[in-house]
This record gives sequence, structure tokens and C-alpha cells, in this order.
Amino acid sequence: MSTVFIALQANEETRPIIEAIEIDNPLAVVNRQPAMVKIDAPNRLVIRKETIEEQIGREFDLQELHINLITLGGNVTEDDDSLTLSWAE
Amino acid sequence: MQIDLRTVSIQPLRQTFDHLARRFGDKPASRYQEGGYDIQAAENLHYKPTWDPDQELYDAKITKIVMQDWYALKDPRQFYYSTYTLARARQQDATESNFAFVESRGLADMLPPAVRETALKLLVPLRHAAWGANQNNTLICGYGYSTIFTQPCMYHAMDNLGIAQYLSRLGLLLGDTEALDEGKAAWLEDSAWQPLRRYVEDTLVLRDPFEAFVAQNVALDGLLYPLVYARIVDDTLSAQGGSAVAMLTQFMTDWFDETKKWVDAVLKVAAAESDNNRAVLQDWIRAWSTRAASALLPVVEIALGAQADDAVGEQLADFRARIQKTGITL
Amino acid sequence: MDMKVAKKKLGLKEKYRLMTRDLGWEPTYRAKDEVFPYVNYEGIKVHDWDKWEDPFRLTMDSYWKYQAEKERKFYAIIDAHAQNNGHLNITDARYLSALKIFLQAISPGEYAAHKGFARVGREFPGVGTQVACQMQAIDEIRHAQTQIHALSNYNKYYDGFHAFADARDRIWYTSVARSFFDDAMSAGPFEFMIAIGFSFEYVLTNLLFVPFMSGAAYNGDMATVTFGFSAQSDEARHMTLGLECIKFMLEQDPDNLPIVQGWLDKWFWRGFRVLGLVSTMMDYMLPKRVMSWREAWEIYGVENGGALFKDLARYGVRPPKGWDDAEKAIDHMSHQFMLGLYQWSFGTSFHSWIPSDEDMDWLSAKYPTTFDKYYRPRWDHIRKLAVAGTPFKNFGLAKLCQTCQLPVVFTEPDDATMSCHRETEYKGEKYHFCSDGCQHIFDNEPEKYVQAWLPMPSLFQELNGDIGAWMNWVGLRDGEDNGDYSGSRDQRNFDQWRGMATSNT
Ligand SMILES: [Fe+2]
Ligand SMILES: [Fe+2]
Ligand SMILES: [Zn+2]
Repeated sequence: MSTVFIALQANEETRPIIEAIEIDNPLAVVNRQPAMVKIDAPNRLVIRKETIEEQIGREFDLQELHINLITLGGNVTEDDDSLTLSWAE
Repeated sequence: MQIDLRTVSIQPLRQTFDHLARRFGDKPASRYQEGGYDIQAAENLHYKPTWDPDQELYDAKITKIVMQDWYALKDPRQFYYSTYTLARARQQDATESNFAFVESRGLADMLPPAVRETALKLLVPLRHAAWGANQNNTLICGYGYSTIFTQPCMYHAMDNLGIAQYLSRLGLLLGDTEALDEGKAAWLEDSAWQPLRRYVEDTLVLRDPFEAFVAQNVALDGLLYPLVYARIVDDTLSAQGGSAVAMLTQFMTDWFDETKKWVDAVLKVAAAESDNNRAVLQDWIRAWSTRAASALLPVVEIALGAQADDAVGEQLADFRARIQKTGITL
Repeated sequence: MDMKVAKKKLGLKEKYRLMTRDLGWEPTYRAKDEVFPYVNYEGIKVHDWDKWEDPFRLTMDSYWKYQAEKERKFYAIIDAHAQNNGHLNITDARYLSALKIFLQAISPGEYAAHKGFARVGREFPGVGTQVACQMQAIDEIRHAQTQIHALSNYNKYYDGFHAFADARDRIWYTSVARSFFDDAMSAGPFEFMIAIGFSFEYVLTNLLFVPFMSGAAYNGDMATVTFGFSAQSDEARHMTLGLECIKFMLEQDPDNLPIVQGWLDKWFWRGFRVLGLVSTMMDYMLPKRVMSWREAWEIYGVENGGALFKDLARYGVRPPKGWDDAEKAIDHMSHQFMLGLYQWSFGTSFHSWIPSDEDMDWLSAKYPTTFDKYYRPRWDHIRKLAVAGTPFKNFGLAKLCQTCQLPVVFTEPDDATMSCHRETEYKGEKYHFCSDGCQHIFDNEPEKYVQAWLPMPSLFQELNGDIGAWMNWVGLRDGEDNGDYSGSRDQRNFDQWRGMATSNT
């Protein structure tokens, strides 16, 4: 098992994104630090557009993630509806 | 404890960084100055490039242009990353609403078929020419000397990519993916496009960054933009019921008006530096603009037919007058 | 009128393909080698540039839109920071040493990355690769500029920032970072990508930025938190580019593996040495500490780097050769380096200091196997000298490593009582190294590393050892920029200004 992770700035815009990530990734562990939230998950973490949209009640373009992204670890796969981080198992 | 720091009145020890104080005096520097002057390494470079051991890592001698201070080539727009990006974001907002307007009212479908046909035939292959411009400006930024000269070239390169992408969107909107395929086939095969493609490929082998600047930004774009976007799209096609096309290329028209001020400023300072520079620039501009004019002729014919000759001739005269103002006589 | 033909719905990937790689073409009027002259000499074989997988697919319109949003936020915060004397919010002016080192040594690296990516953004024959590199080129000038802009206000009130452009080219310790970036830029395009795109961005940048920015947050420095996180939001793209690039090289041809592995070995060690500066900053320079260098290494080195190399094992890649030596150095490097900085503090444009009792207790808790045993006694000794009025100063010539340019201050990987020193003789000259890693790098490319500009020998050759003349030349003002923090002008001013803010006088 390897850990993938994503870190986002801690602010009002990322709060619902983090909630969405928790919903879609039951194994994810959320670490809150000053100004930064780091989310670790075993092998795989999915960020889904639809789940974020449900949280914020408006359309969300996954590329909006770039604004508050701090760093990530894992191979990135991106399509219209989701962004996935993974390590080969 | 919350303390109110605003109430503390303290005297600064100095107004700016040493290298800016040497250039401009000890007074608060602008963000353009802070972000551009002397931020490229200048001394004690460690190793020669393995890709060309005759060069230095940052080398002012790889061009025929000689400047005592390369930081003299100031950008009148004073673009640094932030001002550049904010300016383009505003323009992309406007472009986005233009595309949305054309799309939502079905204006593309209401274009007279001949206008649509001309627009596709003329504009879609130009996305490849814009890619060539991106390549050249990336090279100038990469190998040119001094941030003040090179940073606008990186912005210019990204602008050219943006223009290539707007032209691709225009092709998709007026004609779908086939339009892009046909445009590329024309760029590669059609006789009308071959002189221009040859011109672009010849610029892609230039390794003198300043000559690339002249061949691309001065000569080719100095003729192409006013001919294609102002004369053909804004005037001719609009008069034929194609103002929707002009909405889709408004970015290019505005962009050329803005960027040519920078191009002219660079030429002016470089030419004023020495007779040698002026002579080199004169030769380059003369040779490249003559070639550019004849390469553009068959392209202009796509839209203007028999009037193309006159149009290119007039544009060339305008171009010469413009260059004359920078102190270079053609 | 119902002539509307339904347009094909294009997916993200297909649309991006049309917007980027479809723009390029095979030249026919000129030979491809003329257009892309530098892409073959390193020996990397690429059969199909179309197999390149685009990391984040940003077209220029989205790029401008999102980046402008970041810029607006960033400048709003640093404007407010300057207007409100935000610098007085920091925990203590000692903290500024970290920022001074950053501006003198790291921001110029951002600029070098900008230039380097512009070059490879032109030299690779694949459009997808070019576009990704060009975007990184423009991002990296953003980083250089936002850093200068954020730190500009500190320069007005504190010493040590004013001559960063002179220090970049002339002072001894910046040469560590400068030679690193010069090394990458003087390499071919593929090696540059492994050096900066992969090793630096993917393997090491988290260790540099994330603890640094958290440190800034803990120490009340909103300007730095802001430039740091704003820059990091681009780094995620850069890291992904670096990872894609190495995978692409390895997938294209099995012959690429040994070349890539050699570069990984080299650039991991080169990068690890540059991070020596960061270890010191984390363990010693933050008045309020976030985590130790050891703890940061556990998260971003061991855990994340480990996962990465496990993932890459499917291509036959093994972890970099210096990995074990790095692990052995973790519990020592920050202490060895800070001891060095303190004794040469006459020649640094930032302050250093003797750690307090409280600092030392923290260090022994974080480094239970090394600090009390090896380093506390040395600090105690140095403190005794300072108290007696005979502070420990070393004006002697620091022997610098020919490869990484750090003073040779480290110990043997397996014996912390033995100082580590290696020598190679090449064409009748002797060259010194701090470690096996640095010696190997030299031995693989001696013709390159004999060219290194070594700041200390230059001082003695060109300026005849005249320290005053040297200080002028590097822009260091004696008694202001350098020396011990205790008694410095920064300390006096900060304490006085803070006093003005908290009282009525
Ligand atoms: Fe950066
Ligand atoms: Fe980066
Ligand atoms: Zn070394």
C-alpha cells in the first residue's frame, strides 16, 4: 500500500471540496494544519465534479481546483467528471 | 492580543533594492521594475552549455544586435506576470461572451455561405502560423538576453498559443472538426499556403533571437494581422454580412494594436543604440518583410481575389511608414 | 431556419488534442534536425511523441482566467500587508533569516527554471510536451516576481534583503543553488526535465515549500504564506509534468532506462544537498516551529518518495543511489550546517545565533539519537566563548565541494565523529568533495565540473583575501547584514517597533 495525497489551502472555497472528497473516499484521512488541509488515502483518491456540485449548489469546473491546490502525490488521471490520484498496486 | 499595527509610524531604512537604487535612485520601485531589472544571473556562470559549448549560459553575443545595456529595451505596457495575466483575463472574458453571443443567437448558421467558406478557408490554417509564432517567441524568451527584453516574449508566445486556440474554436464553431482537418491539409498541401509555410519553417531554424523577433513579430505579424484581421475580416467580410466573424477575431485585432506598441519600442531603442544595429535591423526587416508580403499574397487572394495585389501593396507601404517612425528607413 | 447541424460533442481529452498537438506539423521545407537541433545528443530515444499523455489540460483561456484569480488574491493580501505594517506580526525578527536565504538563493532558481523551461518548451519536437513546458516557463517567472514583490516590503525595514541580486552571483552560499540550476540548464533538454521537472519538482519541492509555508503561517508571516501557497498551486501542475516526462522516456525505449537512472542518481543527490539549507531553516530559524526536518523527511521523503519509486519500479527504475546516505544524514545535516553558518556568520547576509536552552531541548526531543550526543556539547562550548566575550569566529577558508559547492562540513554516513572528505585527481589537479555522491557526479562528467566557479578561491585570487573589499563586492554591509542576531540592528528595530505598537509611547 502506498499513500496518495492532495493538499488544499484552508479557506471557504475549499471547505465543500474537502467534504466532497470525504464523501467519495471513505478511507481518506483529513489532516487540518494552519492554512492547509492535507488529505491522505491508501493507493487511490477520487475527486468527483458531481459530488462537489451537490455540496456547493452550482456548477463546478474541476479546473477550478487549481486555484487552491497546494500539492499532490500520485499519478493523475483527469476526465470531464473526475480527477483521480493513484499509485500502481 | 490584537494589536493595531497600522498606527505605528516607522521610518523605512531604505526604499528599494540596491540594484534598482543604482538604476533609478533610492526611491520606491514599481512592481515592473522589481520584477524585471537585473533578475537574470549575470556573472560567475558555472558551466558551458553541453548543447553548444561555444555559448555562455546567458549569452548576449548570440545575436548580431549589440546593446550596452539589454535592460534598455523597455516594454511600454510595463507588463510583468500579474499585469499581463489580468489584462488577458479581461480580454478572454470579452472573447468568451463574443463566442457565446454568436453561438446562442445561431449567428454562425446565418452567415452567408460564401462568407463562412472564406472565413474557414482563410482563418483555420492560420492557427498553424500562430503556432509557428509561439515557437519563435518561446525561443526568443529562452535564449534572448535580459528579462526586460525576454519576459514579454514569453507572454507573446502564450498569446500566440491562445490565438491558435481561438482560431481552432472558430473552426469548430463555423465548421466542426472537419474544418480543422481541412485547414491542416490546406496548410500542408494547398499551393496558396506553401509560401507562407515555407516562410514559417525558415524562421524556425533561426537561432539569433533578435532576428527571430524581426522575422516573426516585426515582419510577418506586422503584415499578416492588419491584412487578415483588419482589412479582410473587419472590413470586407463584415460588409458582406460577416460581422459575426469579426466578433470571433476581435481578440486578434485588439491584441495586434496593443502588442505593436511594444514591438516598435524595442526596435526604436535597439536602432538608436548604434549605426551597426540600425543597419542590421534594416537588412533584416527589408529581407523578411519582402518575403512576408509575397508569402501572404496567395493567402489574401483567398478572400480578395484580384484585389489582393493592391491590398498587399498598400499594406506594405503602411508597414514601411510604421517602421520609419522607429528610426529605420527601408 | 433549421439548418443547424448538431456539432460533435468533444471530450476534454479530444478537445485538448485539437487545441494543442494538432497545431504542429512535420516540417518539409527544413529538416527536422534543423528545427530541433538539441533533442538527439543525449541518447534518449523517442519513437512517437504522440504517446505523450498531457498532464492537466489547460487551454490558454482557462489559464488566464484561473491565474488572474490567483493574482488578484495574492496582490490584495500583500498590499494590505505592506499598508498595515504586517511585518510586525511575525513572531520574531530572527525568522527573517529564512526569508533572506530564500530571496538570495531560491528566487533566482525560480527565474532559472523560467528560462530553462522556455528553452525546452522550444526544443522538444512534441507539441504536447512543448505546451506543458511553456506553461511552466511562464509560471516560474510568476514565482520569481511574486517572491520579490512579497519580500520587497521587508527590504524596506530589515537588513540582508537589499543586495539579493548581487548576492545571487557573488556570495558563497548562493552558489549552492545557482550551480544546481546552472548545471540543469547546461544539460540537454531531457536531462533538464529529469533534473528540474522530476527530481526537483516532484521529489523535492514538497520538502522545500510545504514546511516553509507552514513555518511562515506559524510565525505570522502572511506575505510569505501567500506567495508560497500561490506558487504551490502551480507546482501541482509542474509535478505532474515531471512525472509524466519520466514515464514517457521510460515507455518510449528500454535503452532509455540506464540513462534516466543515471540522471536520477545524480539529481537526487544534487537536490538533496541544496535542501541542506532548508533543513537548517526548519530546525533552527523558525522561532515557532512546525515540525522538524526529520519529520518533514518522513512525510515527503520516505512516505511520498517511497511510494513514487515503488510505482516506478514497474519500469525497472530503482530508488536513487544516494537514498540510503540521505537517510543517514537526516539526523545530522541541519546541526552541522547551522554550526557552519554560525562560525562563518561574518560572511553571510543574514543572521545566525546560538540556540537557546529551550531551542536545544526541542532539538534533543526531535533528534534523540544525535543532538545531545554530538551537537549540544558544541553549542555549549560556543556559548561559553560568547559569554566570555570571545565569540567563536572562523575567518578561515572554507573548503568547498567541487560539485555541490557546500563547505565540507558533513560527517561520514556511518560515523558521526569522522568528517567526510573525498578527493579526485583530474588532469593533475586535486578536487575536493563533501560526499561519495558528489564525487561520483564529478567522476561521471569531470569536464563539466572542473568549470565550476568556486566563490571562496575566487575571493583569495582576485581580492587577495581582502575581506572588506569582498564584502563590498557581494553587497554585504558589515555590522548590519551579517553576524549574530543578538545585538543586531534587526533585533533592535523590531523590538522597538513592536514596543511602539503595544504601548502608548
Ligand atoms: Fe516555481
Ligand atoms: Fe515549479
Ligand atoms: Zn558536495
